Amino acid sequence: MTNNKTQVSFKNSYRSDRIFQVTLSTAAYLLLVLLVGILITLVLGSIPTIKSHGFNFAFDKVWNPIMEEFGALPFIIGTLLTSLIALAISFPVSMSISLFLGEYFKKGSISSLFSNILELLAGIPSVIYGFTALFFIVPIIRWIEIKLGIPAIGLGIMTASIVLAVMIIPYAASIAREVLKLTPNDLKEGGYALGATRYELIRYITFPQARSGIMAGTLLAFGRALGETMAVTMVIGNANVIPKNIFDPANTMASIIANEFSEASSDLHMAALIEIGLLLFLITAFFNIIGKLYIKRLAKK
Amino acid sequence: MSALSNIKNRQRKNLFFKATIIVMASICAIPLALVLFYIIKQGLAALSWNFITKLPTPIGVPGGGILNAIVGTLMLISIATIIAVPIGIICGIYISENRNKKFAGLVRLCAEILQGIPSIVIGIITYLWVVKPFGGFSAFSGGIALAIMMLPVVVRTTEETLNLVPNSLKEASLALGVSYSKTLRKVIVPCALSGIASGVTLSIARIAGETAPLLFTAFGNPYLNLDITKPVDSLPMLIYTRAISPYEEWHQQAWGAALVLIILIFSISLLSKLIIKKWKVQF
Repeated sequence: MTNNKTQVSFKNSYRSDRIFQVTLSTAAYLLLVLLVGILITLVLGSIPTIKSHGFNFAFDKVWNPIMEEFGALPFIIGTLLTSLIALAISFPVSMSISLFLGEYFKKGSISSLFSNILELLAGIPSVIYGFTALFFIVPIIRWIEIKLGIPAIGLGIMTASIVLAVMIIPYAASIAREVLKLTPNDLKEGGYALGATRYELIRYITFPQARSGIMAGTLLAFGRALGETMAVTMVIGNANVIPKNIFDPANTMASIIANEFSEASSDLHMAALIEIGLLLFLITAFFNIIGKLYIKRLAKK
Repeated sequence: MSALSNIKNRQRKNLFFKATIIVMASICAIPLALVLFYIIKQGLAALSWNFITKLPTPIGVPGGGILNAIVGTLMLISIATIIAVPIGIICGIYISENRNKKFAGLVRLCAEILQGIPSIVIGIITYLWVVKPFGGFSAFSGGIALAIMMLPVVVRTTEETLNLVPNSLKEASLALGVSYSKTLRKVIVPCALSGIASGVTLSIARIAGETAPLLFTAFGNPYLNLDITKPVDSLPMLIYTRAISPYEEWHQQAWGAALVLIILIFSISLLSKLIIKKWKVQF
């Protein structure tokens, strides 16, 4: 009798194990289906413009929804330009922070103060960055534009780049810091034993060691900047033309979607916006995967 | 003599480099100080009891608050959490338990790519999946969009915390004859609970300020709404629409809303830190 009972309980636990395993893998498959579903939906949604515009979609300069002319080139240029300038502005600062936290002040109250600053910076929502920029950076840029003698709009590529730069600093800095930590300690000790100063150590040992990791972090930060939407939409000036200089108003791929998607004038217009979304997805995924692979290879070493 | 001056030179260079690093690193404090100072200064002027308990008034009518947006944000967060947390945790358990399988690596890669998808693209997707078939903007669709953003974060933190739990615990439990599912549910997951909970709260703080996915899903609504099939307003949406409006009054209200949002987000992140501090299990 008791034997029978144990058997039943064994069977029960076996069955609950099976159910448990199935639940686990179902959730895992769900994630896969979600990603594939997103990709398929974007491709299906952009079929009308793929049919009517083909490859020219990415190279046409004119975006005119009323005439049903859709060329994404102005937005691709706007996206790349803002992200590159933002990267150039933020790189020295984020590198300094990573050295500051990874080499000079590894522990103690100064280090935790700076970590907290980075965390707070990362926690501020995009829309608040955009809002503050409207009242802070826009007047400064306007002042510069008056000095330079160009139309003083204040909104444009430069303004958007500065906001973006601030937004990617915490991200880039934290990755670079992790990478710097990976420098083998015996190399550092060897350097110090030979009488190197800290600067020489960083210049000749840490940096060459961490170069590919820093590269990966930069790629990841770049990917983050490409897809940033709200702050950019608020300060870029929303002009659907190719910018002639870095103070011109423009639009990025993300901001054109934010501006026009909910009031798309026709099905083709909507399809064009979805195709821009598809391009944006592919570009950001590309930079993400490359950056992650780089870092993974580095961590294995 | 020249050797000595050489050393001095090197030391000077060293010092100069350190100074540069400190100055450059300190630059990052400037934008934070500016943003916080401005929000607190302008926001406090707008903030009052009426501001957080009244509905908005038409432009030109003084007074009015942002109750609809506060309620909307809480609704959206709740919907997203209810959807994303169970799936995310289960998925994280799967990846951590099958660490050596190729498929688990693939799922982890999926989570990483999902995390990198620009929020505006999530907005498009949710529009096509939920808003269009159900025939209109709704709080539910906004919650789905935020859930998609939240899901990969929950998956990653769950997996990372579970990876820290030592194998010996699992082996001991299995050796005592406890079934596999019970081992996970009663031994492994409780050990990692503080890490998972803190990850979940952190992901809530992340999505609370998201605007882009809500543009064409939850949309916005000047009235108080508790029906998940109708559009709702949210704090980020309210800040966005009022910030780009030409009215001075609305800017004031947007500053107030920004202060409320910042307080909300920072207290959620603080909560996540407290959870880790209080219930951290050491191995």
